[in-house]
Amino acid sequence: MTTISIRKYASENGALAGLLLLALVIAIMQPAFLNAQNLLNVGVQAAVIAIMAFGMTFVVVAGGIDLSVGSIAALAAMVGALTAGPLGLVVGAVCGLVNGALVSYGKLPPFIATLAMLSVARGLTLVFSEGQPHETDAVVTFLGSNLAPMVPLPLLLMLAFFGITGLILTRTNLGRRMYAIGGNEEAAKLSGIDVRKQKLWIYALSGLFAAAAGLVLAGRLGSAGPQAAVGYELDAIAAVVIGGASLSGGVGRATGTLVGALVLAVLRNGLNLLQVPPFWQQVVIGAVIALAALLDSLRRR
Amino acid sequence: MNALITARGITKQFGTTRALDGVDLDINAGEVHVLLGENGAGKSTLVKVLAGIHSHDAGTIEGNASLAVIHQELALVPELTVAENLFLNRLPRRYGFVDRAEMRRRAPKLLDGVGLTVDPNAKVKDLGIAQQQMIEIARALDKNAGVLILDEPTAVLTETETDRLLEIMAQLRENGVGLVFITHHLDEIQRIADRITVLRDGRSVGVLGPRATTQHMIELMVGRPIDEQYPRARQRPGQPLLSIENLTKRGVFENINIEVHAGEVVGIAGLVGAGRTEVARAAFGVDGYDHGTVAVDGKPLPRHDVQAAIKAGLGLVPEDRKGQGLVLTATVGQNLELVTLDNRDQKRLHDIAGKLRIKGRVEQPVKELSGGNQQKVVIGKWLLADPKVLILDEPTRGVDVGAKVEIYELINRMTAQGRAVLLVSSDLPEVIGMSDRVVVMAHGRVAGELPKGATQDQVMALAVQEISA
Repeated sequence: MTTISIRKYASENGALAGLLLLALVIAIMQPAFLNAQNLLNVGVQAAVIAIMAFGMTFVVVAGGIDLSVGSIAALAAMVGALTAGPLGLVVGAVCGLVNGALVSYGKLPPFIATLAMLSVARGLTLVFSEGQPHETDAVVTFLGSNLAPMVPLPLLLMLAFFGITGLILTRTNLGRRMYAIGGNEEAAKLSGIDVRKQKLWIYALSGLFAAAAGLVLAGRLGSAGPQAAVGYELDAIAAVVIGGASLSGGVGRATGTLVGALVLAVLRNGLNLLQVPPFWQQVVIGAVIALAALLDSLRRR
Repeated sequence: MNALITARGITKQFGTTRALDGVDLDINAGEVHVLLGENGAGKSTLVKVLAGIHSHDAGTIEGNASLAVIHQELALVPELTVAENLFLNRLPRRYGFVDRAEMRRRAPKLLDGVGLTVDPNAKVKDLGIAQQQMIEIARALDKNAGVLILDEPTAVLTETETDRLLEIMAQLRENGVGLVFITHHLDEIQRIADRITVLRDGRSVGVLGPRATTQHMIELMVGRPIDEQYPRARQRPGQPLLSIENLTKRGVFENINIEVHAGEVVGIAGLVGAGRTEVARAAFGVDGYDHGTVAVDGKPLPRHDVQAAIKAGLGLVPEDRKGQGLVLTATVGQNLELVTLDNRDQKRLHDIAGKLRIKGRVEQPVKELSGGNQQKVVIGKWLLADPKVLILDEPTRGVDVGAKVEIYELINRMTAQGRAVLLVSSDLPEVIGMSDRVVVMAHGRVAGELPKGATQDQVMALAVQEISA
């Protein structure tokens, strides 16, 4: 590899370099980090945020934002626990469709539309659950379990969703249109892309992915709680941004988001292993998010 | 001669491309120095190096005159008032608060200097683009800039606005300001230039005096002789492909009738604000209209439906290339396939990129291309869709001479294949030279139609006429 292509590779994979560096530092300070079981745990811990963040990637690439994914995850998990898992997925997709309709046909800013959904979905979760946690059935519990010793299903699901996301973004018309809409909505419209219809699907996908993430979370815990996944939307956005996507749209990749979610999980795991007090962990995580965004912005200059 | 800034051997490298290669430039007091060159020749890079926005890799810049640049993208805050924009960053203050009275007192004097009569309390977003430009110039003058660099200021101006700007530039020259002027309009150069530095591929290929001929300038710029500026090859017109009948949008345009036949180029001329772009957008379904019909190849189109228009065989190259034509974050290839996503074909993509002579790889980000090549990408995305009728709205705005001729050749090729072209253009020689018929619009109506060979005076006479309602 020539110097230029190495530099190009490094600049396109800044987040990956950061992840490896982070892992290296933690491994040196606490060798137990590299224990196979611990690494699998990191993967499992990353899975919920990662799946949610994949859905968020579609929205962010298309120039929007989805603040409702945490609430949708909780609602989907609750519906799944009270009825059946697949119905949870349907509810998530429908919430996303409503988001999409508000944004495209209602012309609401995505921030406002999904902020409203954040509240509505959380409220509905509380209403349906009557404020109580509910046990999940065997199917949902299975999602959070180990397929075999050392083969956690959440990790496999994360990889599956990663593959699907990459496929949608790079190999489907919907994916290509996301980049066009996020890059220049006016040009997309004048090129004959039905921007409003595409947005419906984009937000529906985000809702669907959030619901899947919610079911995986409930499966791991064995129950769906009314306050589950509170604040997860911010982690999902952080993962997308750490992964190099631009909040102004048109830029973002599935690998970036995966790395972003892993950065957050590795960081949390490492801070625990290093016995950093939980209050301080928040400070460190915030600083890392700012640092990642800062490096990205420096790199672009 | 009083040199304000002396640049010698300026070299600037971006990755593997050498944007500037040993360029010399003198900026003298009381002189208008024109920088001429095709897009991508290095003019803007040179300006950015002089302004200190880019560092240079080799060469020296001497001189201590303060320097102001009027960039193509205006640096005004639309939501603030004229006065606030004039004093942005150094607002007069009193007791720690903005001194509005002082601002109001000083603003008219500055505006006067550029011959602008606007209310200093008006918001900048409510002003026209020409007025905004004047405000930027006024602001630069208030900072006592010894050198004023104008990067394609006339690209967005109408003829009278351009006249006004040239007058002000002459005035500034009298006052001893050193001016650097970038423009693609050769007639403007002949009117104001004292010296012309021609750039090609990052090198200075010649310094000309004020009496240089157009032919000489063009040939230096493109590096080869050019036979004809408007090489229109006429076809025998076939059946009508685009029929706009009685198209009306109240308050915008009224009773527009335009018919374009197979093999024909129909031009739409008129002043800015005459409603030309609005008609083009309505015909293409971007905007709605009140009544009338638009038909492609005899089939009427539904109102306000871009998808249907495209399916019927219509295409639109919009006037604002970056704002409406391109996805700047995407590659050349991704932009080319924008219209034809449902029917992707990598081979045709590469074919079209080659045929259009786009200078740039298909995988390259489109924002790295020069304006002319970007415009070819926008046209290319439509050619892939194989339209019957293509509407071109200001297709050569901000495009250099060489690329212009290539776009004209493309128009010829399209009509030779039996397509129809509707050409909206503010460039009078172009719209007259390339059209088989010219429809002139004024105040939202068709003021008249002129056959091929019409003069600029005839077009202008129709364009400025008052139409009683």
